[in-house]
Amino acid sequence: MTVLLLAEINDGKLSLDATAKTVTAAKQLGDITVLAVGEHCAAAASEAAAIEGVSRVLCAENPLYGKRLAEPTSTLIVALAADYEHIVAPATTDAKNILPRVAAMLDVMVISDVSGVVDESTFERPIYAGNAVQTIQSIDDTKVISFRTSTFDAAKTGSPAPVETIVPAADPALSKWIEDKGASSDRPELTSAGVVVSGGRGIGSAENFALIEVLADKLGAAVGASRAAVDSGYAPNDWQVGQTGKVVAPELYIAIGISGAIQHLAGMKDSKVIVAINKDEEAPIFQVADFGLAADLFDVVPELTEKFSK
Amino acid sequence: MKVLVPIKRVIDYNVKVRVRTDGSGVDLNNIKMSMNPFDEIAVEEAIRLKEAGKVEEVVAVSIGIEKSQETLRTALAMGVDRAILIVAADDVHTDIEPLSVAKILKAVVDDEEPNLVLAGKQAIDNDMNATGQMLAALLGWSQATFASGIEIEQDSALVTREVDGGLQVVSVPLPTIITVDLRLNEPRYPSLPNIIKAKRKPMDVKTASDLGVSVEPRLQIIKTEEPATRTAGIMVSSVDELVEKLEETGVV
Repeated sequence: MTVLLLAEINDGKLSLDATAKTVTAAKQLGDITVLAVGEHCAAAASEAAAIEGVSRVLCAENPLYGKRLAEPTSTLIVALAADYEHIVAPATTDAKNILPRVAAMLDVMVISDVSGVVDESTFERPIYAGNAVQTIQSIDDTKVISFRTSTFDAAKTGSPAPVETIVPAADPALSKWIEDKGASSDRPELTSAGVVVSGGRGIGSAENFALIEVLADKLGAAVGASRAAVDSGYAPNDWQVGQTGKVVAPELYIAIGISGAIQHLAGMKDSKVIVAINKDEEAPIFQVADFGLAADLFDVVPELTEKFSK
Repeated sequence: MKVLVPIKRVIDYNVKVRVRTDGSGVDLNNIKMSMNPFDEIAVEEAIRLKEAGKVEEVVAVSIGIEKSQETLRTALAMGVDRAILIVAADDVHTDIEPLSVAKILKAVVDDEEPNLVLAGKQAIDNDMNATGQMLAALLGWSQATFASGIEIEQDSALVTREVDGGLQVVSVPLPTIITVDLRLNEPRYPSLPNIIKAKRKPMDVKTASDLGVSVEPRLQIIKTEEPATRTAGIMVSSVDELVEKLEETGVV
């Protein structure tokens, strides 16, 4: 059995964490070929080649693939698909954009957000915002899968596998990239950060969110937010942790002013240590927290920030 | 210009999900059902485009059981001009897979010839996040997923997408498929006069077999279970105690 694994690459840079976690998930399915695409992808390809469990890397370099557009990458994957039983990627926004398109072009169902591998055609995935876990068996010849990376450990790096350059596929000439408005931040990326500090509706305003950011910066942490905070306009959508946002599993997750709606819990309950700070002692977040502090966040968050400054 | 908005009837966003103990699925008997929240945002956007004079007609389509016409009536009450119901299942517990839904929608698109399909980015029941992308593939159209901003231009749409690490702006040629994210807009509540008016708006009813599409699933559901739960830890009484406990765990 052979697996084609789409590496997570943005602007020529490999997301090693997301890719290495996907390698761990995909190792159970067969021999892994990594597909690296980009305007420039040689560096990312050789970095991916060193992930333990990768047998070879295919590198397709072309300006077509430089801006993470779904149509050209899907066309390339479909052109390669005949040699593989599984086509997989980490469940990032890029892969969620690309893989369903690939699956439909191959006339197979996509299997999104897989959290567990039972066997080569049977998988577990959360549904209903994490309120249920479904085990499904695919009868398709090709399985197209995105893996929820937070439930898998990253594969280690070892001796490099060979890298082959492949020719790009035809340009479908559909979408045009205009610009990226990057969250120009020195903070670590949310899904791979060791510590995440998140704020919820209890924060009360976009200005107050600075409290969360200051604490996060003290801890070298990424900043997250609940859907309620995002809906209220306190935080941008790409900070959203939850079933409809990002799924994270850091060493330490600090939830501040977050009640703990199931949709949020689905995005962070695999964190190693969870701290909850909330005024409401009855908040459901305390049922999943290792350490809970029922207090006014406006009192204790500055105090906590100060303690960590020492 | 015509816009087609696919909508799904799902368990209401505020209803607590109950997983049946025999592993057969989530219980939907006598449960409040509503329009998928992301689809509501798509409906709202389509109506706003019409109000702004960019669009002449908004058509909603739903694929599911016969009762999905209730959800289509809600869309009509919000301001959609007419609706199409494709009956593809008898039991509310039968979820039609995104691939089948996309094939049915392709047949509807071939018939209706819209310039734009505006869809929710995912349904809050199966959380697949796939139908829009699959429909784009079947039609050979461009796609712009996870939209938080849409500007319709002459022959294209300028779409701001919510992606990991920020925003991406793309230009997609029409006809196209746009799937919408949470922050695009805030959907309106239908007014009472509009709810009454909606009852007289046209609704076509067809079946999946009328369109020649098989809805046989490719993914067989083996079982559905409650997620593993985390056990609650301890409550601390002060910041000092919290810091002390955290230092003991070694995570800070």
